[in-house]
Amino acid sequence: MLAYILRRIMIMVPTLLGVSIIVFMMLHITPGDPAELLLGERATEQALSELREHLGLNKPLHVQYGLFLKRLLQGDLGETIWTRQKVWIEVKQRFPATIELSIFALGISCFMGTLLGIISATRQYSIFDYLSMVGALAGVSMPIFWLGLVFMLIFSLNLGWLPLSGRLSIDIDLEIITNFYILDSILTRNWAALRDVIWHLIMPAVTLSTIPTAIVARMTRSAMLDVLRQDYIKTAKAKGLSKFKVTFKHALRNALIPVVTTIGLQFGVLLGGAILTETIFAWPGVGKWMYDAVMQRDYMVIQGGVLFIAALFVVINLCVDLLYAIINPRISVS
Amino acid sequence: MPDAVTVNQVAEIRHPMVEQLSQLWRNKTAVAGLIIITTFVLMAIFAPLLSPYDPLETSLYDQLKPPAWYEGGSTKNILGTDDLGRDTLSRIIYGARVSLIVAVVSVGLAFFLGTLLGCLSGYYKGAVDSAIMRVMDMILAFPYLLLAIVVVAYLGPSLQNAMMAIGITYVPRFARIVRGSVLEEGEKDYVMAARSIGAGDLRIIFLTILPNCMGPLIVQTTLSMASAILDAAALSFLGLGAQPPTPEWGAMIARSRGLILRASWVMTFPGIAILLAVLGFNLLGDGLRDALDPRLRD
Repeated sequence: MLAYILRRIMIMVPTLLGVSIIVFMMLHITPGDPAELLLGERATEQALSELREHLGLNKPLHVQYGLFLKRLLQGDLGETIWTRQKVWIEVKQRFPATIELSIFALGISCFMGTLLGIISATRQYSIFDYLSMVGALAGVSMPIFWLGLVFMLIFSLNLGWLPLSGRLSIDIDLEIITNFYILDSILTRNWAALRDVIWHLIMPAVTLSTIPTAIVARMTRSAMLDVLRQDYIKTAKAKGLSKFKVTFKHALRNALIPVVTTIGLQFGVLLGGAILTETIFAWPGVGKWMYDAVMQRDYMVIQGGVLFIAALFVVINLCVDLLYAIINPRISVS
Repeated sequence: MPDAVTVNQVAEIRHPMVEQLSQLWRNKTAVAGLIIITTFVLMAIFAPLLSPYDPLETSLYDQLKPPAWYEGGSTKNILGTDDLGRDTLSRIIYGARVSLIVAVVSVGLAFFLGTLLGCLSGYYKGAVDSAIMRVMDMILAFPYLLLAIVVVAYLGPSLQNAMMAIGITYVPRFARIVRGSVLEEGEKDYVMAARSIGAGDLRIIFLTILPNCMGPLIVQTTLSMASAILDAAALSFLGLGAQPPTPEWGAMIARSRGLILRASWVMTFPGIAILLAVLGFNLLGDGLRDALDPRLRD
């Protein structure tokens, strides 16, 4: 097992290098002077020449890439154009908001998706099955940036049930420790804040979870149908076990294996969808920050943000693979 | 009667494609998808005939008119107008053009590049294979939509760049499928036979092997059309795709954000259009997968 983990980590290295090469090349195939691109139009000649020196822009391309990689390994992602803040520090500040939203959304997807899938499979061709699968297909086809706006219109502007945007109401005080607001409010035993934070989370999280929920529901249904057809399920039923026991104890365990893989794959959907969701709901995470950077042409931020998200994605995928190897004894680790 | 015998034999050995088409026809989801897609395609082709107004024509006196069935709405603008007095229905009809073109061009690009790379990879194996597949892994290391957003951010926001960005991010799915099929098919006897009668590599790859890998490729193309429409709308919504005043569904939603309280209908209809178009391709893709892949048939 240890050897397998080590090998998987070794495989991750070339992928991460590839990501850095793509991000590095992107700046260089863009027309114009990279230094000017990174510092913006208002940069002084002195700042430009300093940056050119720092990035080694007058050196050959492979040397430049070497320098780029060296800076990356030192955690130096440069400075933002507008706030002159270290990019890495800004990433660290915003990252918890994105993770909080993504985990909440993933939780909804896992719960709702598997539940709908199981019920549909056990009642194949019933009205419920039909409706939930049509719903799932619509979910997969959903433009979530539109759905988010529709939710806002209905639940916030018309019914007034949920807050329109942001992470926390202005009149609520919360001592920030980890920047994970749920965690912070629990740590400080600030229950009013906890309620407010969760209230703010619901709409963006449900919006973001739409597509993953639909995908998980479809996968769970087909995996369950596959398993329910097998002989050992017939045996279990013949033994006189209750339907509940057959479904949840015997069938579900085997059906869950492909479902877990599907859930693991949803992180990519979530991290990409976070850019749309955070933009709509003014959620101060990495996604909205990247969007603002794209709008302001802050290439240092774009570069840093994309490197961070892609690296995070690669690491999460590694964790999912390892988890998968642990829960599925049929996977040979050698 | 020798004729009758021949007819029977023909019926028994129906061409596999005919068999698959009839499978497809019996599949309700596929037919539903096909109907939706055909509607949008007809809308796109006959847009000038179908749309009551010029989609770009602004009208000072007709700003934010509600749909016909709302109070104050009129049959003049069935789906109402936007803040510049442009007719929503006409813009949605012309929007079908934009979305379908984007889908066809970006998926076409991905199909072409992906198939080419997948063939090279699966046929020549070894170093070529690992080199191509490592590059594909690099592209796949980016979460969905992120790479497209970044590519457009660097190249500059425009519909052409959005199509290119989406196309590039879709290359790996095609390359992987084709590579797998080519690896599998390449071992079979008919390929050996073609080689032994002196067929060249190109001929073997594109005329002998590739036609036998079409099933999964067609399914992937259909499903990719669905996600391309969705991604292009998302890019346009973020201001990175179609630029105003192009009648594009995602851009229409972005513009209507500020009107959400005053005139919610401006936002509603383009969203429904996106949902239906994407749903159409997803339905057809699902149906095709059932028809073309007997292993998945229930």
